[in-house]
Amino acid sequence: MSDAHADDIRKHVKTYLMVFGTLMVLTVVTVAISYLHLAVHEAIIIALAVATVKGSLVALYFMHLNHERKLIYYSLALTVVFFLFLMIIPLATNLDRIRIRY
Amino acid sequence: MEIPYTVEVRPDTGLSNGKLGVWLFLSSEVMLFAALFSSYILLRVGSTEWPHGYQELNVPMAFFNTIVLISSSVTMVMAWASLKMNQFGKFKLYLGSTILLSFVFLVVKYFEYEHHLAVGEGPWHSTFLAIYFTMTGLHGLHIIGGIIVNSYLWGPGTKMWKTEPVRFTNRIEIAGLYWHFVDLVWIFLFPMLYLL
Amino acid sequence: MENVTTAGHAPAGAHAHGHAHLHDHEQSFIWKYVFSQDHKVIGIQYTITALLFLLFGFALMALMRYQLAFPMQPIPVIGSLLGQANAPGGIMLPEFYNQLGAMHGTIMVFLGVVPLAVGGFGNYVMPLQIGAPDMAFPKLNMASYWVYFIGGVVMLTSFFIPGGAAQSGWTSYPPLSVITATDGQTMWLIGMIFLITSSLLGSMNFIVTIIQLRAKGLNFFRLPFFVWAQFVTSFLLLLAFPPLEAAGVLQLMDKVAGTSFFLPSGLVVGNKVMERSGGGNPLLWQHLFWFLAHPEVYVLILPAMGIVSEIIANNTRKPLWGYRVLVYAIIFLGFMSFVVWAHHMFMTGMGTTMSSFFQTTTMIISIPSVIILSALFLSLYGGSIRYNTPMLFALAFLPMFGIGGLTGLPLGLAPSDIHLHDTYYVIGHFHYVVAPGTIFARCAGIYYGFPKVTGRRMNDVLGKIHFVGSFIAINGIFFPMFIQGLHGVNRRLYDGGVQYAHAQPVLHWNQFMSYSAWTLMAFQLVFIVNFFWSIKGGKAVGSNPWNATTLEWTATSSPPLAHGNFETQPEVFRGPYEYSVPGRSTDYFPQNQRD
Repeated sequence: MSDAHADDIRKHVKTYLMVFGTLMVLTVVTVAISYLHLAVHEAIIIALAVATVKGSLVALYFMHLNHERKLIYYSLALTVVFFLFLMIIPLATNLDRIRIRY
Repeated sequence: MEIPYTVEVRPDTGLSNGKLGVWLFLSSEVMLFAALFSSYILLRVGSTEWPHGYQELNVPMAFFNTIVLISSSVTMVMAWASLKMNQFGKFKLYLGSTILLSFVFLVVKYFEYEHHLAVGEGPWHSTFLAIYFTMTGLHGLHIIGGIIVNSYLWGPGTKMWKTEPVRFTNRIEIAGLYWHFVDLVWIFLFPMLYLL
Repeated sequence: MENVTTAGHAPAGAHAHGHAHLHDHEQSFIWKYVFSQDHKVIGIQYTITALLFLLFGFALMALMRYQLAFPMQPIPVIGSLLGQANAPGGIMLPEFYNQLGAMHGTIMVFLGVVPLAVGGFGNYVMPLQIGAPDMAFPKLNMASYWVYFIGGVVMLTSFFIPGGAAQSGWTSYPPLSVITATDGQTMWLIGMIFLITSSLLGSMNFIVTIIQLRAKGLNFFRLPFFVWAQFVTSFLLLLAFPPLEAAGVLQLMDKVAGTSFFLPSGLVVGNKVMERSGGGNPLLWQHLFWFLAHPEVYVLILPAMGIVSEIIANNTRKPLWGYRVLVYAIIFLGFMSFVVWAHHMFMTGMGTTMSSFFQTTTMIISIPSVIILSALFLSLYGGSIRYNTPMLFALAFLPMFGIGGLTGLPLGLAPSDIHLHDTYYVIGHFHYVVAPGTIFARCAGIYYGFPKVTGRRMNDVLGKIHFVGSFIAINGIFFPMFIQGLHGVNRRLYDGGVQYAHAQPVLHWNQFMSYSAWTLMAFQLVFIVNFFWSIKGGKAVGSNPWNATTLEWTATSSPPLAHGNFETQPEVFRGPYEYSVPGRSTDYFPQNQRD
């Protein structure tokens, strides 16, 4: 990034504004859907999907993860693996005991 | 004594120290919030009753705050781009807006908290409110941390722009990475707490 | 490094260091020795502080051992100093015993052993080994030490508040930790948040330093094994600690904000239903706690393995057997340590599927440990071994860690764990890993690294007395624990099991263990005397007294330069352990020597 030319930056700026627009639209969409009061099951899937898209846009464009160095990807990949362990395993150990509500 | 690669990148890794450092820091932050998200899931699936966020919380206010925080992220990245294009005046304007927007976020958050506490519904009231106050509180602390860093870079920190412009631009990029992460956490917190 | 200069007045501590120093930057005492940003000074600060905490944590245990050996009898002399609130008439109260137990564990792990190896040795040695002028972020390094220091102070002061320190064990399981009325637990949580922040700052710094500041030619497979150990350890600290920080925040909310994250509905305390919203999950704490605390075990051990590897290679005068295998094993070990944590929780009724999963991962993680231990044993084969003090401690590490590891296997299998869970067997097991294993490696590191820091060697005769005495005494403490544990004697019993019929046949071991513990303490006096005497009176040595090959010995003097470590930036041409290379006049081939 550091050696990017000023013209490139101007192009980036355009992208940033487009991403900004998309994020705004998606925020409106996710709030609008919530007013439909869908069943919890569908609501979770839709809200998480929208949030994931929004989060990815921020990470890819604002945080420049669309073109970063390998080392950063490696350390983030490691983090994602442990993130998943932490999300899934405690839940899995409780499956015998808890009642999943919908 | 000079520490190598504070400004220039190390050829074989392609990174400066600060850039690598902030990503490692963010990795650790990911694990911090992962633990809280995991706790949320475990508490929710194990509960006998769990309210919909929109029944307990003020969605319009949070919607407004989401817009504010996303905007502050955009102004942050624009501040960095302005420095890249050598437009220092614009940089001041954009970073100033980021700081201003973060204060707006906190003020709105204050009124939300105030509303709950006024009717005696603090974190002790229910597990839902407990996790709501804890997660938004911790996120709020991150906002305050960001305000401190950004204000330094907006005020006294700008001295570096005259002496070491590349290093200063890198600092803005690093502060930006942190700020976008705070935004990113909110993007997940908002639907999780308010909409589901 | 910022040059904080004071206009023409001599540093107050200048007399304290007599060796010829480059006085190019006159710094005031406070910036040079207190708020220093030099990794070497910070390393020494960490080492001294951690050693003091180790001594303090040991003293707590020495007190507890009196109660275990002679239950409900007044403690002579010291008993009267403990205060009426803790030990009326010199007889220790159960609450005070619990405080000592909880704080012994906390202080040993979080304030003693880990800071000594990572903050102390790692900080001092690692930048020198990779040819770096300092850590990548010197200011963060300083902050890391001071945040650790504050955490330690918070922990210590908790003894003096009304009701005393935390008393729910170092694991702080809720609901007990939350419903205990005193504020010790709150202090514990605040202290832990400081300690976690400190290790976060440190680990980030370590990783960046190792990746970014390696000398020219020092690729990853030329790194000394100690650096690898620090590298993997730092990742564990970076990624495993934050969940405990989150858990700490949640428990703090339970303590001060009246939430019920860990309190189930309808909890009855003292025959009264607790007035809490309820709906919490006590097991959530255990998950988040062990998500850290299992990797934490490897945070203790990996640097120990690193130290021992360096010393074994150096004192066998031959390359480590299977350097690459060691590296792969330690990476795999670090990774696997994140997926075994619930083997601490077999008794929580997690269901057979998940308990099979964790039994499997636990058996898998023993493989890299065995690989590392085997490689180190094989490294001894055919070497002309020098039996100096550091080598003796390093050699003792191998069987001691072996016993600790092997006795862990029955605990990693649910059927046998049901019998052994929460007995003295567990205490014996992890103490073999941590005390005669890890702490012996730390001792080895101190004897080995002492000439690097002071330019003098510690006395070898006193060192050997320290070693032999400690080795015998420490086994006298921990081996009987296996016997008691197999008989089913529970841990954390205030009277050591006097009231239980099944404990009677093995109760007599309690006195033996206590005498062993006090003997062990007596032998540490030899070490303390040796340590302080050798700073001034030890035999002065050259810059490379052990004829080692790695950069910290070959590229800079002992003690190293104050600023920037190296006069000229070293360049590396070969692997770390080129000992006894055929056809050379010396039996060591420094990494930075061209040919």
